Amino acid sequence: MTDAAIDTAPRSPRLSVSDEVAISIQRMNKWYGAFHVLRDIDLTVYQGERIVICGPSGSGKSTLIRCINRLEEHQKGKIIVDGTELSSDLKNIDRIRSEVGMVFQHFNLFPHLTILENCTLAPIWVRKTPRREAEADAMHYLEKVKIPEQAHKYPGQLSGGQQQRVAIARALCMRPKIMLFDEPTSALDPEMIKEVLDTMIELAQEGMTMLVVTHEMGFARQVANRVIFMDQGQIVEQNEPEEFFNNPRSDRTKLFLSQILGH
Amino acid sequence: MSDTHAQTVAFVRESMVPPADPPLGETGIFKWVRENLFSSWLNVLLSVLSIAFVVWALAHLLPWFLQSVWDAGSLTECREIRDARYGEGAASACFAVITERWNQLLFGFYPPEHYWRPVLAFVLFLVAVSPVLFQGLPRRLLAFTAIYPFIGYWLLWGGTIWGPLLVIAGFVIGWGAFRLAEPRLGTLAAAIAAILLPLAWWFFAVGPIAGDLAQIAPIGLVRIGSGDFGGFMLAFIIGVAGIALSFPLGILLALGRQSHLFIINKSCVGFIEIIRGVPLIVWLFTASLLLNYFLPPGTNFDLMLRVIIMVTLFAAAYMAEVIRGGLAALPRGQYEAADALGLDYWKAMRLIILPQALKISIPGIVNTFIGLFKDTTLVVFIGLLDPIGLSNAIRASTEWNGIYWELFVFIGLLFWICCFSMSRYSMYLERKLETGHR
Ligand SMILES: Nc1ncnc2c1ncn2[C@@H]1O[C@H](COP(=O)(O)OP(=O)(O)O)[C@@H](O)[C@H]1O
Ligand SMILES: [Mg+2]
Repeated sequence: MTDAAIDTAPRSPRLSVSDEVAISIQRMNKWYGAFHVLRDIDLTVYQGERIVICGPSGSGKSTLIRCINRLEEHQKGKIIVDGTELSSDLKNIDRIRSEVGMVFQHFNLFPHLTILENCTLAPIWVRKTPRREAEADAMHYLEKVKIPEQAHKYPGQLSGGQQQRVAIARALCMRPKIMLFDEPTSALDPEMIKEVLDTMIELAQEGMTMLVVTHEMGFARQVANRVIFMDQGQIVEQNEPEEFFNNPRSDRTKLFLSQILGH
Repeated sequence: MSDTHAQTVAFVRESMVPPADPPLGETGIFKWVRENLFSSWLNVLLSVLSIAFVVWALAHLLPWFLQSVWDAGSLTECREIRDARYGEGAASACFAVITERWNQLLFGFYPPEHYWRPVLAFVLFLVAVSPVLFQGLPRRLLAFTAIYPFIGYWLLWGGTIWGPLLVIAGFVIGWGAFRLAEPRLGTLAAAIAAILLPLAWWFFAVGPIAGDLAQIAPIGLVRIGSGDFGGFMLAFIIGVAGIALSFPLGILLALGRQSHLFIINKSCVGFIEIIRGVPLIVWLFTASLLLNYFLPPGTNFDLMLRVIIMVTLFAAAYMAEVIRGGLAALPRGQYEAADALGLDYWKAMRLIILPQALKISIPGIVNTFIGLFKDTTLVVFIGLLDPIGLSNAIRASTEWNGIYWELFVFIGLLFWICCFSMSRYSMYLERKLETGHR
């Protein structure tokens, strides 16, 4: 879509990926009533991997990554995150959620709290970090996403791009091992997309394990080490970005790529 | 700007004319009146009619207020003074009834030598609510707020001090039980212990122990029964207790109604629908009459306490629905963001969901509070001497037989002051919580 935003940026060196497993999904299935949203998903994510998930609307991309932190419940198969299997045990769920950061399409900042409070809330109440320390941490991450000067404003006073960067900082404040992004730039005006993607690129270069649902193919080429194409609840194809874009194997992938890159 | 003008415009003013005051018709009150009252023919007509009505009403009411009599022992005396001062049959209010029965209107039949107790309780009440109402005050005051209910109760009803102290001890027991049991038995078992132990303590231990302690160390105030409570004090106590108790209960009911746990959900829905579907007056009669059948004979379950419980339950059902509206108005994303950060249910509710939902519901909540406060006048029907009940009693006396308006104006004014303050406070709160939305 907006490849131009990134093509000018220098190519980052591919980071080596460890062979430690961060997420392991085995024959996972999910239904909404009678509707089979996810079919036999098998996916292993190694630590330090940057995976981009794409596919037509309604193919189950959001549902897949929301299963990883249990915002949605799967009905069959296994999901193991950071060595812990997701079950209905609430303790496990809260533990996994505090290890996995999530960034939403619509930011979902807490409008009644300042930017700083948004960032310190979970560290203070979940991690039991002392307030001082949590605030220093939060300022560090707000500097990283380049908006320390907004710390005492409310989300409603920030632009979309700034809000999304705050959302990223808020997730980072929990020092997660894995970051999930669900179309982080789709709700943004074109001129704000770059600032958010730049933040994500920086994060990728630092070796964060990332699963990103996005249609920003420039981003995929630049930082992903694997691109996954989903359609109708299945993983249809996955490959290195170079191969994925130049030699798509299935017809569905070809059709999708031609639609998304075509105009 | 000036440069370009100099080149393109033939004449450029060199010296500035000092700004003049706008013509009289364009300023202040004249402008306002013209724009707001006489901007069109229809507007002129409406303005003239309204002004005429206001003048007419004031012409009748003002003399009645201004030529009022404040010092008389009875209505007849009032009339005599009026005839002497303003002429036979002049319009004149006899507010003497209020000065003469002032104490009774405020305190009912509370013994006069103990008036200092409700007055002190009221002053302490103001201290106790202030940290809740205004964020700027020291947070340590909240500790006083927490124990105020016991102080207030003890001041108003009196009796031995050991009762309230032992009741507070029940909370400490519950807290201690939770802290001890949680690491060993898990949260659920600890929570159950933290509820059952204090209940057992309150029901079986507090009475006898308080009795024994009162024998050993008789510290206390003269006991005053609910039967002596009356007047505006009664309405105020029922209203404030109802508001303070129905708010948390309403929140719990609203959350329960949202719960996915079948039993909790259905019992909350059932409670809300049953309580809300029956008129308050019926519940009050239930409290005053029917409960006697169900309670074991000989139990002396204070009527005022029963009324407070009924009023609380009734308001809580309304409150729950108001708050549910606020909860439903929050975008799903807020719940998801809270979950995704690893906050557990209660933390997510307390820190993220309720602050926003309650803020949205402020107008509805205050509406319910105001309704509850005014509904306290219904207790007159079960024989409690609230201001209305007292005014009936006063009008039945030989001195004040035949007086109506003065009493009702006074009672109305008292209620209006309370309700209007609540309304203004809610507007202040809404403004303060505004954060330039989403
Ligand atoms: N809560 C839900 N109940 C029923 N169907 C749902 C729900 N959420 C999503 N779906 C359906 O599941 C499918 C996959 O949704 P989603 O994962 O959001 O797709 P994507 O993110 O790829 O656009 C869609 O067809 C959507 O309509
Ligand atoms: Mg989606």
